[in-house]
Amino acid sequence: MIKIMAIRERLSGNEAVAYAIKQINPDVMPAFPITPSTEIPQYVANYIANGEIDTEFIHVESEHSAMSATVGASAAGARAVTATSSCGMALMWEELYVAASNRLPIVLALVNRALSGPININADHSDSMGARDSGWIQIYAESNQEVYDNFLQAYPIAENEKVHLPVMVCQDGFITSHGVENIYLVEDEKVKDFVGEYNPKHYLLNTEEKLAVGPYAVSCYYMETKRGQRQAMIEARQVILDVAARFEKMTGRKYGFFEEYQMEDAEYAVVLIGSAAGTCKAAIDHIRSTSGKKVGLIKIRVFRPFPEEELAKALSKVKAVAIMDRSEMFSATSGPLGAEVRAAMYQARCTADTVNYFYGLGGRDITVPDFEQVYDKLETLAETHTIMDMYTYIGLRDQQTKED
Amino acid sequence: MKDTMEIRWHGRGGQGAKTAALLLADVAFKTGKYVQGFPEYGPERMGAPITAYNRISSSPITVHSNIYEPDYVVVVDESLLESIDVTKGLKEGGAVIINSERTKEELAPYLHGYKGAVYTVNAKQISLKALGKNYPNSPMLAAAVAVSNVMDRNEFLKEMKTSFQHKFAKKPEVIEGNMRALKMAFDEAC
Amino acid sequence: MYKINEQSPWQEITEGNKIFEPATSRAFNTGEWRTATPVWYSEKCKQCLLCTPVCPDSSIPVIEGKRTDFDYNHCKGCGICAKVCPFGAIDMQR
Repeated sequence: MIKIMAIRERLSGNEAVAYAIKQINPDVMPAFPITPSTEIPQYVANYIANGEIDTEFIHVESEHSAMSATVGASAAGARAVTATSSCGMALMWEELYVAASNRLPIVLALVNRALSGPININADHSDSMGARDSGWIQIYAESNQEVYDNFLQAYPIAENEKVHLPVMVCQDGFITSHGVENIYLVEDEKVKDFVGEYNPKHYLLNTEEKLAVGPYAVSCYYMETKRGQRQAMIEARQVILDVAARFEKMTGRKYGFFEEYQMEDAEYAVVLIGSAAGTCKAAIDHIRSTSGKKVGLIKIRVFRPFPEEELAKALSKVKAVAIMDRSEMFSATSGPLGAEVRAAMYQARCTADTVNYFYGLGGRDITVPDFEQVYDKLETLAETHTIMDMYTYIGLRDQQTKED
Repeated sequence: MKDTMEIRWHGRGGQGAKTAALLLADVAFKTGKYVQGFPEYGPERMGAPITAYNRISSSPITVHSNIYEPDYVVVVDESLLESIDVTKGLKEGGAVIINSERTKEELAPYLHGYKGAVYTVNAKQISLKALGKNYPNSPMLAAAVAVSNVMDRNEFLKEMKTSFQHKFAKKPEVIEGNMRALKMAFDEAC
Repeated sequence: MYKINEQSPWQEITEGNKIFEPATSRAFNTGEWRTATPVWYSEKCKQCLLCTPVCPDSSIPVIEGKRTDFDYNHCKGCGICAKVCPFGAIDMQR
């Protein structure tokens, strides 16, 4: 083991992201407050007011303007950042697509919160999952440590010339954003070296180069443009891994497209995204140390680009898989993660039985015993091959199951 | 995870139960522990019941759920006893610590037959004596530390002093009163 | 100069459709859309210059304070110039 120096701290997820922003000192931050991400621009504004960083903070009148200004700043040649949640991101919708198609390396700190309605302020993934087709890279975190680490890796990914795509760094609202946990911070100088100076090749404020950004693209150009965006997503895969390898060298903390927990010999697997992964790990530890059942977890870190082949390979030996979604998509058959994982498995001729769960919508809590039940169900599923519903729920009140 | 201590706080919006939970996480962190401090969020309103939680452990904590079977429960506002079963899920080997001027016997009817230890701390009186104002959260924090034994008295007081010196850098006159409140509550709870 | 066209494969489209040239609309021959053509009678023209600012396509070039003949590569033949001319110096022909 290499001896790695680090700063031992305890921070909330929002503090951790704000601290990463402070260490990176981006050029421009346009932002509009919305629960539960409000603290991020608030802390950054404090850093600016205290003279600790010289980021230009732009007060805007809405999230629509926040993302517009971020797009403008980035096109002008600035390293730009913003933060939002839920309906705030919904109001950015149009510009999310513009940021991606203009190939601007923006980083958005997203604190996942349920979309209205009904109006709700707690965690689920309906905001970012709705934006999964916008052309942004999406990176999710289990803990405060991970959201901090992901944020530090975001600019090196976004600004890589093979990529030039915006990155959404996601964390679960309140659960990590407002929960204080132990965290290891990287020293300022190391962060500066790791993230590097931003020297865009083409930018509007460059008086040496004539440039127009964001032109109208008629149908004979639009499709080719979209194919170009897809290529950037394909290239992003290797870049994400390269940046993670560089990060591991600096911190000792290892990242990939997803984390495999106790998967070497696992017969029953859960696939999910975000903070519930930690709770699932505790369930796995408990099950393995008591009944010895071979249970494991795949925690998706990078949802866009989707690690299809790698995921199918990781699931190739299990008997049954529970794919767990923290957002609805109302296909009436599955959730977004369920649909994509099943498609990946089908393509790779995986034979495991699958079940798709909805959990944690609008902040509904999920516990260690909940996961223990999921693994029990997977065992039954693998033994009986009973065709279950395409999807089911955790913690849903239901007339049929009231007796249980 | 066996060595993880779980604490649930009950208070009302504005009384500082969340702050107390975060402070407890802070001091435990400084003694080398792995910590979590988090509130259960709803639309926050002054006076509405709120819940906050702590996990404190000597090994990394991964669980991100609320706490349903706490080792300790701290009740910052005793009027909650009438509307909430504060002992729900509370382990019998643990304890409930209530801010009240009433006796354990007087409070028993509100504790739903809880068989574990019950501690009362007159945080209002302590706060008024030490600070001249009713800020029940610091005394309740001290009581929680004393009862749960998460760290010893001197270590706790030392860390809190550092914390207050930082927090009240612009009004150092309140530090002494706060420290007095902590000591009084710590000793009353023991 | 304008390498990208409607036959360009996707690999040749610039990243984010960036255009590294100003005023590229000049290269687009909108004059081809014209169904009626303005004709300028310079002998009737008093150089009042009312026509120039109303042209939506900037197709009436002014050189040293005097208008010259139409830029037929870009004039779409809308006829506004003929309408504003007080001297009958512009005639629309089909």
